[in-house]
Amino acid sequence: MKRKAFIEKTAKTLCELCAVVAIFAVCAITIYMFMKGAPALKEVGVFDLLFKTIWKPTASEPSYGIGFIILASVVGTTTALILGVPIGLLAAVYISEMAGKTTGNIVRTAIELLAAIPSVIYGLIGMMVLNPIMFRFEQIIFEDDSSHQFTGGANMLSAIIVLTIMILPTVISVSTSSLKAVSDTLRAASLALGATKEQTIFKAVIPAAKSGILTGVVLGTGRALGEAMAITMVAGGAVNIPLPFNSVRTLTTQIVSEMGYAQGTHRQVLFTVGLVLYIFIMIVNYALLRARKAGIDDVD
Amino acid sequence: MMSISRRKFIDCILRFLIYICSTFSVLLLLGIIGYVLIRGISEVNITFITSVTSVLKGTVGIAGNIVNTLLIILITMIIATPIGVGSAIYLNEYARPGRVVTAIEYATETLTGIPSIIFGLFGMTFFGEKLGLGYSLLTGSLTLILMVLPLITRNTQEALKTVPSSYRNGAIGLGSGKWHMIRTILLPSAMPGIITGAILAIGRIVGESAALLFTAGSAKLLPKGISGFLAKPFQSGGTLTIQMYLSATSEGDFETAFGIAVVLLIIVLAINLATKVLTKRFDVTRKE
Repeated sequence: MKRKAFIEKTAKTLCELCAVVAIFAVCAITIYMFMKGAPALKEVGVFDLLFKTIWKPTASEPSYGIGFIILASVVGTTTALILGVPIGLLAAVYISEMAGKTTGNIVRTAIELLAAIPSVIYGLIGMMVLNPIMFRFEQIIFEDDSSHQFTGGANMLSAIIVLTIMILPTVISVSTSSLKAVSDTLRAASLALGATKEQTIFKAVIPAAKSGILTGVVLGTGRALGEAMAITMVAGGAVNIPLPFNSVRTLTTQIVSEMGYAQGTHRQVLFTVGLVLYIFIMIVNYALLRARKAGIDDVD
Repeated sequence: MMSISRRKFIDCILRFLIYICSTFSVLLLLGIIGYVLIRGISEVNITFITSVTSVLKGTVGIAGNIVNTLLIILITMIIATPIGVGSAIYLNEYARPGRVVTAIEYATETLTGIPSIIFGLFGMTFFGEKLGLGYSLLTGSLTLILMVLPLITRNTQEALKTVPSSYRNGAIGLGSGKWHMIRTILLPSAMPGIITGAILAIGRIVGESAALLFTAGSAKLLPKGISGFLAKPFQSGGTLTIQMYLSATSEGDFETAFGIAVVLLIIVLAINLATKVLTKRFDVTRKE
């Protein structure tokens, strides 16, 4: 009997320990990101580091301004959301409101598979398909402009398109489930009042599902901010102001491209870039919590 | 008041846009799969899968990267699965709602949202530098454990929730201890869900690149003999995705890159199919 009690107790304690791993992991990551990212802020100066825009880490008089890098991440993510959310929402409307069983399943499966494709494959296709097209546009647009630095198509626009595609699965799947959760009585009531199917969808169903859709948008924001490999491959290799045809670096691609060889202060600054990204993600996480909570309140 | 013809016109446009957007997602997938297959399928043959790229022998192959990927999957899953399942059992069966549970669930949620490049930075500095494991498969695996943990915990929790409470009460009523009940009744009933979570985690590992670039490194040689395999976890090794990234960028070898892309796509599609089949079976057993 004693042995049994011992086993019971050990099992409970072990499970408890397993559960605490997640807390430890989050604490350790947070502490490490701050510990590694803070020194450069002190060394270079908060303003010089975050708001100056000249990035010359290996020059004899190095300059570590990551302003354009932060800006590129913000602009890239925002634009990808502006493009991706409407497309994703409309596709979700199709799956939830208009599709038959078979066609709905086909679209849903396609979206699941899109979500499962590794980001390096998106990057590779971006390099081989998107960049040459962009280069064509670039050649036409900047034909007579000698001040433009040609990028071979690896530019902000390519990055935005790849990001848009990569956030679609997240936006679509979360929006679909929140649209499906809207009660059928709402649809019936709207139709009975003489609204057309489209009016019902856009004036009744989507507003009712808005907090769920918002959750999808916030998740998509996190995905776009954090995506690293695919954009490293398509966005080019120079720090520039994030204009459509400029080669740009974002927070993530900056780390991927330079962490391999960076030394001293340069390396510390890259950790600060990581810290900035981490803080952005924490803000997104907080927003997510709020969006979820709003969703629960709606149901109540 | 809007005229009826104008209303009809707007409805028509909206409907058209909805069709365009959903067709776009399907075409996108077909386009990606088709393009990768066309460009890469001719690269994939027995030599490509079973040999290592060598200038001396004149071979191009990814056997080393396949072995590295498998080893990372193995090490990660051996550690992550028990922790994830144990954590889910604690949350669902032992814990009373309160601060601790909220903190654990919030931490799990946060881990899901952290981008892989951050995991990579943390793994590099903590496991690689602080614990002195350097660039090694072990460093990579330890990093990935933190990444896939939420996936396994969440899926196990979902599976445990679907086990009827009458099972629990019945076993306890017959005099079984709580752990005995969990081990003999709950875990077998929740097994399909646990396996689904594990397969999803494997899929995540196969596709992961940013978290491995600065933790597991990029070596591509095959380990020699049993001692070689035993020492491999402590040595640097690039997975398929890492090799593909390097082939497409610094090495400029697009043939190999597309070859690896084909292999990756096939693995990812197979994993998705497997989870689909499993989830379906799971649903059927629930209805009975």
